Amino acid sequence: MITAKQMFQLRSMSAGVGVPEEKMPFNKENMLHNSADDAKSVGKMRVEHLQAWFGKAEIIKGVSLSVADKKVTAIIGPSGCGKSTFIRCLNRMHEVVPQALVSGKVFLDDVDIYEKQIDPVKIRSRVGMVFQRPNPFPTMSIRENVLAGLKLNGVKIPRPDELVEKVLEQAALWGEVKDILNRSGASLSGGQQQRLCIARALALEPEILLMDEPCSALDPIATSRIEELIHSIGKICTIVIVTHNMQQAARVSHYTAFFYMGELVEFNDTDILFTKPGKQQTEDYITGRFG
Amino acid sequence: MGTRVYRKRKCVDWVMRSWCIVATLFAVVPLFSVLAYVFVKGIGGLSWNFFVELPKPVGELGGGVGNAIVGSFVLLGIASVVGIPVGVLGGVYLSEFGSNRFGKAVRFCADVMAGVPSILIGIFVYTLVVLSMGSPSALAGGIALSILMLPTIIRTTEELIKLVPTSLREAGLALGMPKWRVILRVVLPAGMSGIATGVMLAIARAFGETAPLLFTAGYNRFWSASLDKRISSLPVQIYEYASSPYEEWHQQAWAAALILVLIVLILNVSAKLLTSSRSHAR
Ligand SMILES: Nc1ncnc2c1ncn2[C@@H]1O[C@H](COP(=O)(O)OP(=O)(O)OP(=O)(O)O)[C@@H](O)[C@H]1O
Ligand SMILES: [Mg+2]
Repeated sequence: MITAKQMFQLRSMSAGVGVPEEKMPFNKENMLHNSADDAKSVGKMRVEHLQAWFGKAEIIKGVSLSVADKKVTAIIGPSGCGKSTFIRCLNRMHEVVPQALVSGKVFLDDVDIYEKQIDPVKIRSRVGMVFQRPNPFPTMSIRENVLAGLKLNGVKIPRPDELVEKVLEQAALWGEVKDILNRSGASLSGGQQQRLCIARALALEPEILLMDEPCSALDPIATSRIEELIHSIGKICTIVIVTHNMQQAARVSHYTAFFYMGELVEFNDTDILFTKPGKQQTEDYITGRFG
Repeated sequence: MGTRVYRKRKCVDWVMRSWCIVATLFAVVPLFSVLAYVFVKGIGGLSWNFFVELPKPVGELGGGVGNAIVGSFVLLGIASVVGIPVGVLGGVYLSEFGSNRFGKAVRFCADVMAGVPSILIGIFVYTLVVLSMGSPSALAGGIALSILMLPTIIRTTEELIKLVPTSLREAGLALGMPKWRVILRVVLPAGMSGIATGVMLAIARAFGETAPLLFTAGYNRFWSASLDKRISSLPVQIYEYASSPYEEWHQQAWAAALILVLIVLILNVSAKLLTSSRSHAR
């Protein structure tokens, strides 16, 4: 029988399928952090007993966890376990769906974003989101897409061209689009569109970026570019990423949370979770025995 | 066995297809003959002067429908200024917030209104506007046409906005835009080409309407001086000419009808072009 640890090693060996080793987003060793760091890194967001419903169906059943500042937190779990629902609760997007309900507390810098007087619109500009399917605005050019979050909200942008270049550069898209900034956002390929959406979210300089399976529609090259950018922007902003791909979680994240049927089963340092999972369910899932 | 079934299917296919073709011909032939007839009868009366001159009294030769053409466009302008914003915003309301009782009532009214004979709208505006203003006017006519356009605009807007994918709205919301701004800046533009088509079709329909204008805009042999005065329009002018006993006026009516048909045709075609150019844009 293969242990979870062996499994993890096997997986990380084959992690960069189609991507040469030296082009791998980054070296795993760089990312290893010692526990002294952990103690210092403060929680950017703290979730307390979060429950979420669609109508009568309870999808998230009381989850508590803390998202470390300027670190990448991955959320894994089988399809339908509520990963998307969970992160949509973190920027108050869940309640946008008719019949959707939330209870519990989500502290962003020690302020509960579900408190009555809090305006969800303000929260969403501080906590950005990238969706599973790329959704650029089809009626806007690439440039307008990038600036949409600011411009449409009436924010004066002192140097728009510089901002566009900066965030497209961060999203690893600048080189491909710098000559076609006036083309429609919908004219790009799927992977480019996804990076455009990331750039659009970054233009608002969010404190937290939520990414819901950002690579699920992408090929390995585009995926590795996005992983690279997660690695680099993960230094300036806090990232929560949902992924189906355990190698990806292992490659990009510092912490990993394993969800199952709407509950948080295990939450730990990524290395520990993948090498020495504390729960049988986690081990079964990461070794591919179910899910 | 296989070939037999196959042959039978081919046969059925052939019969059904011929049937459809015949039915289509039945539908299309009258349509084209009307167009052709209007064309043949009207083309002789067309000249430059016909487009720019005022109608002449009976017995005098020449004269045109210049004032009626301008009048039609003035009426349409008023109708659009009133009807398009109200209709589009109404459609937005229905699609975004219209799942309650009130929304259902509005939707039902719009559907009923779409089927109401247009003369009723004329009578309605007559009682409400013309009686209080004292005489038929461009304003009253424009209002009547706008009411005529409303149901089409409301319902097409609603349907097209519903077609805009949720993912786009969510993209807007997730960027920290308030809902109304998402609707205005993201959802409406995304549905715009379709809405524009709906609006153009509504305009084209309103352009040819006579009944609502008879008592509201009235008839005027001269250039209309202001919006609170009677104003001529192509359909009413045609009605005047055609219902007169004079042969030369009948000729004029055909020519005016041809102009009307051509303008409606142009409106329809531009609605089509609008759709295709937007959807293939960039
Ligand atoms: N709009 C909705 N209305 C009702 N139920 C929903 C809705 N969206 C999701 N659900 C239900 O909520 C549960 C969790 O869905 P969610 O999208 O959060 O799963 P997920 O973990 O993100 O799955 P995946 O990995 O496939 O994206 C599912 O059982 C789903 O049926
Ligand atoms: Mg999901």
